Amino acid sequence: MLTYILRRIAATVPVMGLVALFVFSLLYIAPGDPAAIIAGDQATVQQIAHIRASLGLDRPFLVRFADWFWHVLHGDLGTSIFTNLPVLKMIEQRAPTTLSLMTITLVMSIAIAVPMGVLAAWKAGTWIDRTIMVMAVLGFSVPVFVVGYVLAYAFALQLPWFPVQGYVSLSHGFWPWLRSLILPSLTLGGIYIALIARITRATMLEVLSQDYIRTARAKGVGRREILYVHALKNAAVPIVTIIGIGFAALIGGAVVTESVFALPGIGRLTVDAILQRDYPVIQGVVLVFSFIYVLVNLVVDILYTVFDPRIRY
Amino acid sequence: MGMKRRTFLGASAAALAAPAVARAAGVLKFIPQADITILDPVWTTAYVTRNHGFLVFDTLYGTDAAFNASPQMVEGHVVDNGGRLWTMKLRDGLKWHDGERVLARDCVASIRRWGARDAFGATVLQFADEIAAPDDRTIRFRLKQPFPLLATALGKAASNSCPMMPERLAKTDPFKQVTEMVGSGPFRWNARERVVGSLAVYEKFQGYVPRPGGVASGTAGPKIVHYDRVEWHIIPDAATKMAAMQSGETDWWENPPADNALVLKADHSLVTRILDPTGLMGCMRLNHLVAPFDNPAVRRVVLDAVRQEDYMVAVAGTDPAMWHVPTGIFAPGTPMASDVGLGRFTAPKDFGKLEAALEKAGYKGEKIVLLLPTDLPELKAEAEVSADMFRRMGFNVDAQASDWGTVVQRRASMKPVAEGGWSVFSTFWTGLDQLSPAGHVFLRGQGKAGGQPGWPSSPAIEALRNQWLAAKDVKTQKELAVKLQQQAFIDVPYIPLGQFFQNTSYKKSITGVLDGIPVFWNVRPA
Amino acid sequence: MSITLGGVAAAPELPDVLPPRRARGRVMRFVVQHPTIVAGGLLLGVMVFIAIFAPWLGTRDPEAISPIYRLRPPQAAYWFGTDMLGRDIYSRVIYGSRVSLGVGFSVAILASGIGMAIGVVSGFVRWLDMALMRIMDGLMSIPGILLAIALMALTRGSVYNVVVAITIPQVPQVARLVRGVVLTLREQPFVEAAVASGTRLPKILIKHIVPNTMAALSVQATYICASAMVIEAILSFIGAGTPPTIPSWGNIMAEGRALWQIKPYIVFFPAVFLSITVLAVNLLGDGLRDALDPRLAKRL
Repeated sequence: MLTYILRRIAATVPVMGLVALFVFSLLYIAPGDPAAIIAGDQATVQQIAHIRASLGLDRPFLVRFADWFWHVLHGDLGTSIFTNLPVLKMIEQRAPTTLSLMTITLVMSIAIAVPMGVLAAWKAGTWIDRTIMVMAVLGFSVPVFVVGYVLAYAFALQLPWFPVQGYVSLSHGFWPWLRSLILPSLTLGGIYIALIARITRATMLEVLSQDYIRTARAKGVGRREILYVHALKNAAVPIVTIIGIGFAALIGGAVVTESVFALPGIGRLTVDAILQRDYPVIQGVVLVFSFIYVLVNLVVDILYTVFDPRIRY
Repeated sequence: MGMKRRTFLGASAAALAAPAVARAAGVLKFIPQADITILDPVWTTAYVTRNHGFLVFDTLYGTDAAFNASPQMVEGHVVDNGGRLWTMKLRDGLKWHDGERVLARDCVASIRRWGARDAFGATVLQFADEIAAPDDRTIRFRLKQPFPLLATALGKAASNSCPMMPERLAKTDPFKQVTEMVGSGPFRWNARERVVGSLAVYEKFQGYVPRPGGVASGTAGPKIVHYDRVEWHIIPDAATKMAAMQSGETDWWENPPADNALVLKADHSLVTRILDPTGLMGCMRLNHLVAPFDNPAVRRVVLDAVRQEDYMVAVAGTDPAMWHVPTGIFAPGTPMASDVGLGRFTAPKDFGKLEAALEKAGYKGEKIVLLLPTDLPELKAEAEVSADMFRRMGFNVDAQASDWGTVVQRRASMKPVAEGGWSVFSTFWTGLDQLSPAGHVFLRGQGKAGGQPGWPSSPAIEALRNQWLAAKDVKTQKELAVKLQQQAFIDVPYIPLGQFFQNTSYKKSITGVLDGIPVFWNVRPA
Repeated sequence: MSITLGGVAAAPELPDVLPPRRARGRVMRFVVQHPTIVAGGLLLGVMVFIAIFAPWLGTRDPEAISPIYRLRPPQAAYWFGTDMLGRDIYSRVIYGSRVSLGVGFSVAILASGIGMAIGVVSGFVRWLDMALMRIMDGLMSIPGILLAIALMALTRGSVYNVVVAITIPQVPQVARLVRGVVLTLREQPFVEAAVASGTRLPKILIKHIVPNTMAALSVQATYICASAMVIEAILSFIGAGTPPTIPSWGNIMAEGRALWQIKPYIVFFPAVFLSITVLAVNLLGDGLRDALDPRLAKRL
């Protein structure tokens, strides 16, 4: 097990290197010039060239890449062209927001979707089942931002239960923190809820048709026990899988959700950085994202062994 | 403006009683137009950075609501030697946020750094033989020729304003950003609580001494602070900003778009009104280096095709109180503005005739590239109206959509359109910048040497501008301004698209919001 | 795994809930056996019809600007109202179906095609497998939307770029799916027999491998198609989508979003069209999966 984990981590190193080179090259050939954005509307072409030189943006590609990569290897992601702050610090500042958002989204989605899926499977073929499943498809048919606006209008303006925007850090207390994240998490969770509900239903149906469940039923084991002890335990593996796969979608959705609810997260940091061509920030964030992605999938693989002892590495 | 010996010294002596001692209370929550990613108001012209600059940094002069410069950090000045020698004296008791005294040599270094970046500032440096600090409180300008606009330049509220910094910061290369925020303004920058893209915090500077006497107006007069803390909440999405005002989570939204403002106006707990009466001036720039707009006759046909109302409705909505047409090259209602030649901007358009005129002018169907920024709604609307207009005139239009970051890089290219060049882009510029030829970036004709994208070349405009700068009285200035406008409609360095106003919206529970740029002194709980 | 979708809209399964019955006529039997295919197919057919016949459906020039008529609510002259520049939203939504469907179909076809090629090569050519899969891992670990924004900044905004930007992050998913199928197929007796009898590789691919991956692939393609249409809308929201001169459901919604509280119809109509289309494609995908491969439906 331990050697497996170590091997997996070792295998990610070349992947991360590839990602770094890819992103760096992409930015290098992309048009858009941070110097011109800084200089503003009235700047002359000469002034822009001057700023470019002072930012070191006029050096050759390989020199810049080598310089950057050398620093990354030493744990230094560079400094933002615009704010002059260390990229690592900017990411540190933003990470708690995005991590909180994702955690609550995950917890909430599972709490809502798994019972939905179980219910649909238990009532398979009835109108309850069909209603739940149509809702699940609609969940990912409506764009995230539309869901966000509607939720904010209903539960923050018409019914003033939650704040319209902003993030309250956990250091200000659990309830204020949770309150600031409930609407964004519901918005972001739409896709997840849909995915998990469907996968739960599908696996439950399969498990429920298995012999040992039938036997248990015949023996008069209670309905609740069958559902939650026997069936759901076996459905855990595919649910965990979908969580790992859905992570990439979650990051994409977070970009939009953070904009709609004005949360200072990593998603918005990235979009702002791309629009301003703040190269060090973009590179740093993408590197961090791909690292987290790899990490999440590693955790998912490890969870397999926990839920299903038959899987061995 | 007679340039005899003239003094402002002791101007405040006549003022009434000392200002009431400010009772600082609570927090003011403000939604700015954008995030202040750049903190140095000399390094960038971004308006949001300029506004931030006025909290942290003080200026030698201020500009009041009637556009007059009046002393702010200086007590006053004396003009000698036929207008060639200015001696300014700093007020007593001015302190930097790090506790040091404000010295004249700090100010001299700050003026030099600003002059290296700002167009008006460059004119100051160009007219000055010497800028010196003979003692701790005296700043002396020795000029090549009389420059009556010196106080106006040092007190300009338009970007780049001339912020005073300690000498150690002001010595920074003007092309490198200053990020240590030590000024002498009424607020201190709280770097610890800053979250880029989300929150900026300013705290009342206890050591600030407001100018005694007078009335706060624009950036002039006493800057009395009534809040312990001003928080800028950066919210990217317009619908969310509006919701934050409706739910009362924020106190003041700098610039709600026209259609949102209509809703906010109906809200009885809010005041929604125009903040800056000089508004924003739409400007369309044609690329003078590249066919077909290298041909002045073609440019003039485009000039005649522009119907300013179309632009203004698209940008600022159907309420005619929110925009003004026709406008010429100077902000309407200000001293230099005139109606000469403006009939064309309101006349009905016959696109068949325009197409014929275009052919006659020598347009041969060359492709024109129109830069269309997608991430700034006002600029996007301007570009979309232009695209429609060019198409109807019979131009072969290629509207290229990209983000603003790409537009600013693209427009620096002098190449033909086939090699990545461009033909036309539009933007807007505050009316404050277009009060006179001095700071009017678009009204230049230096060609390639000017380095302004579009590279218009017009010796006639440059000559008129120089005459204006040296003009001795307002009457002469006005006459020259009319000639400039006539010349601008012949050479077409750019095309004015109209003036529109931006609303600001704040809670009825706050009062004392000053006209002009958003400032945070004088504002107080009602 | 038919649900390996890093995109936004992935739908693992929507099973037949109606029990099979004896039916007269083949059409009736098909309808009863595959109600989801029929429902999805019909809805999608309507959308395709709208896209093709847009100019004859009572529309006017979707790009014509008339600021004087801006923000009119839905009425007889403007069925869906007008937007901020006075353009007719009905015409924009109808013409917008061309972009949204076009993007959805192109991405689905491109991603499946390229992904299939990479997956087959990876599954058959051992020495390339490692390298290809690492590159796919790398591509997969860059969040799709971020990659799309970066690609959009790379060149000018255009529908073509939207397609490329959405396709790239989808390719690894398909490649992995196909590779998985190929690896199982390779061990099957009929493929082993073909290899042993000296059949050339291209022939094996065309005769045995490609047909056998089609089931999984076509299901996957429908989900990619659905998610591509949603991502197009999200890209427009960020300002990196279809250029504003070309109407798409995404950019109509993105332009109207600041006003959605006051003028909800600007966002409402394109959102309804988008939701119906995505629903249709997902239903079709679910139905296809059940029809093409019953084992696949049961498996994950």
